[in-house]
Formats: sequence, structure tokens, C-alpha cells
Amino acid sequence: MNKTVNPKDLTSEDDYGPLYAARKKVYPQSVSGTFRRIKWGLMAFCLGVYYFLPFVRWNRGVGAPSQAVLIDLPNSRFYFFFIELWPQEVYYFTGLLIVAAVALFLINSIGGRIWCGYLCQQTVWTDLFYAVERLIEGDRRERMKKDASSDPMKLERISEIVLKHSIWLLIAWWTGGAWVLYFNDAPTLVKELVTFQGPMIAYVWIGILTATTYLLAGYMREQVCTYMCPWPRIQAALTDEWALNVTYRYDRGEKRTSVKKAAELRALGQQVGDCVDCYQCVAVCPTGIDIRNGPQMECIQCGLCIDACDNVMAKIGRPKRLIGYDNDINIHRRQEGKAPVYRIVRPRTIVYSAIIAAVGGIMIYTLATRSLLDVNVLHDRNPVAVKLSDGSIRNAYTVRLLNKSGYDRVIAIDADGPANLTVHVVGVDSVTPDRPMVVIPRDSTSELRLLVTAPAESNPEKSVPVRFHVTDVGLGEVASATDNFVAP
Amino acid sequence: MTDHSEVDTVTGKSTTGHEWDGIKELNTPLPRWWVISFYLTIIWSIGYWIVYPAWPLISSHTTGLLGYSTRASLAVELANLEALRGEKMAALAAAPLADIEKDPALLALARAKGRTVFGDNCAPCHGSGGAGAKGYPNLNDDDWLWGGTLDQIMQTIQFGARSGHAKTHEGQMLAFGKDGVLKADEIVTVANYVRSLSGLPTRKGFDAAKGEKIFTENCVACHGDGGKGNQELGAPDLTDKIWLYGSDEAALIETISQGRAGVMPAWEGRLDPATIKAMAVYVHSLGGGK
Repeated sequence: MNKTVNPKDLTSEDDYGPLYAARKKVYPQSVSGTFRRIKWGLMAFCLGVYYFLPFVRWNRGVGAPSQAVLIDLPNSRFYFFFIELWPQEVYYFTGLLIVAAVALFLINSIGGRIWCGYLCQQTVWTDLFYAVERLIEGDRRERMKKDASSDPMKLERISEIVLKHSIWLLIAWWTGGAWVLYFNDAPTLVKELVTFQGPMIAYVWIGILTATTYLLAGYMREQVCTYMCPWPRIQAALTDEWALNVTYRYDRGEKRTSVKKAAELRALGQQVGDCVDCYQCVAVCPTGIDIRNGPQMECIQCGLCIDACDNVMAKIGRPKRLIGYDNDINIHRRQEGKAPVYRIVRPRTIVYSAIIAAVGGIMIYTLATRSLLDVNVLHDRNPVAVKLSDGSIRNAYTVRLLNKSGYDRVIAIDADGPANLTVHVVGVDSVTPDRPMVVIPRDSTSELRLLVTAPAESNPEKSVPVRFHVTDVGLGEVASATDNFVAP
Repeated sequence: MTDHSEVDTVTGKSTTGHEWDGIKELNTPLPRWWVISFYLTIIWSIGYWIVYPAWPLISSHTTGLLGYSTRASLAVELANLEALRGEKMAALAAAPLADIEKDPALLALARAKGRTVFGDNCAPCHGSGGAGAKGYPNLNDDDWLWGGTLDQIMQTIQFGARSGHAKTHEGQMLAFGKDGVLKADEIVTVANYVRSLSGLPTRKGFDAAKGEKIFTENCVACHGDGGKGNQELGAPDLTDKIWLYGSDEAALIETISQGRAGVMPAWEGRLDPATIKAMAVYVHSLGGGK
């Protein structure tokens, strides 16, 4: 019924080849050099922060969580060292996201996809998984040979594979485990988890993240970057001709020729390229591309090809950085015999920096000046106003007081509005007449029912504004809110 | 399907033979994993038919092998909910009525519980916020027919007014006109007299002395000297600004002629004691309590 025809058998002139090419497995070779060292360092730093940050303690006093970074979902609090955020303050995260996005743009306009190459979690974990694979199965050639071998599975090979997957799963499991520690007190949760007393949701999340880490870093690898991640497409719009990218300096490399031939031709005083076509840059590439074909979407700009090429250049006695961070403008300038120009300060980078400074400044300012005492008022809707037997009018309000500080407060409540208002809080017999006082425990909110009465002689004709002031009796800190006093 | 020998040159796949405006449809079968999952769901559903209640019969239904039913699981969940709230509701039931408002946690619980129960049971007459209507008292104001202290409110909720319960509040406004006790002109006069008690304007040429005489002879027994009312009998204070059935002359004439006897049902037996307690606190906290 369905005859599948091999495209190779087709002879039509319109044949542009298959629409989809099956993935070729990539076997990146190990490499050493400057960028590899930077990558190891950043990997250790990023993973160190991720795995151990939940264990950092921060003293917030008795009864408060002592974890430095904690997302406390049940109590709707976010703790970050000295900062404690309440649900209504999530706009700080909006600010943080804006800063993060613009910082990404800024870095992109200066040094290209530094995020992709060094900091992206996909890169970091894939790199870690490759390191494990290399340690157990050997380097590129060995792995290729083992995979291609049609020999029946030997015990040695099976044990290698089992060991590799076990370590991968262990890393993946620890990754999922570290994730849940951000949502609960870490030492307590670890104890609960190992004694199988932990909450179900923690095990579920560990399971999910173990599976995703294992699959994404162990199997999908560079395919995540090329098929799943939107960033390669977006970054193309953010980069410009001045951005430094990992670049093959074809002005220096072409024409490619062998070491021997190059030496001969050089001796004759002829122009030859430094590239000896050794394919080392391709062998080390984790996405399996050839950087000499120019900028490509698949290139995550990890700089490993720079290290590989530098090592070869050192061996054949040619200057380093045949592949390096550069841009097309400079390649053309060098071809024209001009000195290369590196321009970091450009309108684009200035604008990005200004946005980061502005948003960051606003965030720091609002964080520094944010109020630790707050009040929200909601007018009763049904009935909006009540006439009492002596002709006075009463309005009722639901008042929510927020005490974001780490100590209990005594709060006095006043109302400014029509003359001679009296204020009563349901359930509170105030010592001071018409100035009810309530205690709000530390780090909590209190909802009060407030009855505000205007005597018959000062009855407003219509709706008039009324302003509520809540005053910390001890510190004098005041928060206010405005509502209306309504006549029936 | 007939075999179409036509092959698409770009993909190398055969086509279905369908063509629209030069665009041909490739013959791409459903992926095998998809088809297998589809069949598996069918097999799975057969298991469901057997294991869970599924088939309607003439007078009942198949009960399934597991004995599961949504009704039973709902009962379990409701019981769990009751158990979950049991401790707090027990604290509410144990606390003396007068102390509940002084404990912020108990007050919050009583108000939350009271609001829900009020919405289910009281709102049809008193309105969702307790604002009342003609004949149904506003629970937010400070005028109480049967008394506005916590205990009195609780008693009214428990036993009702003219509800038929043994302990209910009794007392009614007599129909002075219908029963022939007062003549029409006397009713007009006393109605105007009552309006004058709360400072409302009276009809031109109205005889205050005659009104006072009629009032003393007929109304003082319940409404008291000067019309100050009597909570024992549910007789309203006629000197204040709040009128359950309206304060205009026509409404007063109707009240005096026809009498009034609004009914508040008794909630004892329908709601458990802790709930009634919560409701008393809630109604008291609306602002009208004393």
C-alpha cells in the first residue's frame, strides 16, 4: 500500500533531498585549554550554588525559617537572605526578570551566546554527563568504536554501560533532590526523605526532575539546543555586527592545506592559510558542527573549538587563536590591511546598561524603602450604610493589617472623615475611647471588622472620603488607606 | 484504499491521490505507537466497565467489582472534612459565648462559619449581608425587637419568634381595625400620635390629646409608657428612627388595622449547637449587637 521510495532513487530535477535528516550521534573529544578551564570553573560554581545553597542558614529569629533561600509556598513567603517577600510583592520578580532578560541582551551584544556556552543548565549538565561518559567509556575514538562494534555484548561492556547510567541517574536524582530543598527546610526535608517520611509532592518532583535531567542531559543533549530551545532564534535578532562571537578567522586560515605543504609553500614565500584541516575543532564540538562554515544556529559558542585549535597551532608552531572571539568586521578590516577594532561601548550596550541600571535602581530603592506595616480597607457592600435608632449613620469596613516585621506590634486605628466619627473594632474593647488598639503578631496579617459611626448632627449628605490611619504605637510608623463613608 | 503508484519526489512517499489546487496529500499513516495506545485505551475501558459501576439497568445499575461509588467517596470526604474541622469546632462549642469575641482566632472562625451558614439559611429573609427588608429586621442596626445581646440573639436564633417551638418568643401586634377595637378615625389619630413620638410630621389638625388617650388605653400595655417598647414581648420602640414595616401614615394605619406577626423559624434541631453559636457571634459582629 504505502511504498516508501528512497529519495536517492529519485531522478527528478526538483529533488531537493529529504526534509528531515536523522540525527547523527555526536562524540565530542576531550580538550584542554583556557576555555575548557573557564567552563570547568563555571560548572563547579553553578552546580555548587544549586546543590548546596539550600543548606546555607540565615538567622531570622525564633519561629522564623532559618534557611537563607526558601520559597515557602504554604505560608506564601519568599526568603532570600535578608529579604522577605510577601505575595503582593511579586513585582520584584518581574523586575528581576526584566533585569535578567536585558542582561542577557547586553551580554549577547558584547560576547554573543555566553549564556548558551557557559551558563545554561542544559550546557552545564550535558557537559557533566559527557565528563562521566568519557571517564567510563573513554574518549571520542573509543566510544565511537564501542558503539560501532557488532560484537555480542561482553560483560565488561555491559558493566560499563550499567555504571555510566547509574552515575547519570545518581546525578539526575541529586538534581531533583536539590530542587525540592528550596521549598522546605533542607536538613529537615533530607531527614524526612531518607526515612521515607517526606511529603508525596517532594518525591513526585524528585521523580520528574530526575527523569528530565537524565533524558535531557543524557540523551537529547544538543538536540535541546537546536530543536527545543527558542533562544538560538531570538539571539539572532539581538546580535549585531560588533558582537564578539566564536569565529573562524578565515582571513588567516584559508587556504587550508597540510602542514608539510604549507611549510614548503611558505618557504617559497607564498601566501598559505594556517588551517591544516585537522578537524580537531569539529571533533571537540558538543553540537557536532564545523565552525569554519561560519556562524551557525547550532553553535552554542562554548569556545572548546578555540582550545582545540590553539593546541594544534602550538604544535605546528603557528600563532594561537585561528579560531577566537571576533567579528566579521575585523576579519574584513584585516583583509584590507587595517588594524582590528573592538567596540564594546555602542548605543545598543549603553541602552541595555541604562535599562539595567534603571530597573535595578528602582528595585533597590523600593526594597530599601518598602513599608513593613500596611493596611487595606474594603467597604461593606450589603448594606453599604446603616441608620441607627438615634439617627446616626454607621458604615462597616473590613480592614486587613499587615505586619511584615519580625516583632509583634500594637496598632492604633483612627479614621478621618465626617466630624465626630467614632471607630469600633468588633471584639476589641479599647482602653482609649474611639481609638481602638489591636496587637498584630509578627510576620502576619489580621483581618478586623471596623464599625465607623457618624452622629446624627454630622451626617453627611452623600458619600464622603474617609481616611484610615494605622499607627504603630511603639515606633510611630503609620500606614494609611482611603475609602468612602456613605450615607444611606 | 487503492494503491496509488504516484510518488512525491521531494519526500519519496506515495500520495493518497487527493489533490487540491495542485497540493497533493501524502500518504502518512498514523504512527504505530499512537495506534497501539488507541487500542490499549479501548481495552482499558473494557476493564473500567467491569471494575467500576458503569451499566444502567432497568431499576438500578451494575455496581462493579471494586464496590466503588462516587457517592460513597463523597461521604468519606465529607467525613474527613468534618474530622479536620472537628477540633476547631469543638473549641468553638466549648468556649463560653461571651468569650468568643475576645479570642481573635475563635472570632475569625465563628465569623467565617457564621457567614457561610447565614448565607445558606438566613439570607433569603434577612438578605445576604443581613440588611433585612420590610418585615424582616436589619441585623446591622441597633434596634432589636427581642434584644441584641449575644445571649438574646442566640436565643432568638435557637427558638425563633412565633415559630411554634415550646420556648419561642411570643407576642403579637393586635389587629385593632379588623377586630373592631378602634374605629377608622381613631386609627388615623393614633397613627399620627405614634409618628409624633419619633418626631415625624403629623397630619394637619390632628388632635394630639385624643391620640395620647387612645394610645394610653390600647398601646401602652405592650409598647410601654411613651412608646419605648418592650423586648419581652417583641414590642418595638416607637420613638426611634427605625421602622420594620415603614413609618409613613399609610403603613402605620395598615399595621394598626391589620396587626403584625412576623415569624422567625427556630433553628435548634436544624443546626448543631456550635453552628448556632457561630451564627450568634456572626450576627452580633455585624454591628447591631448591644
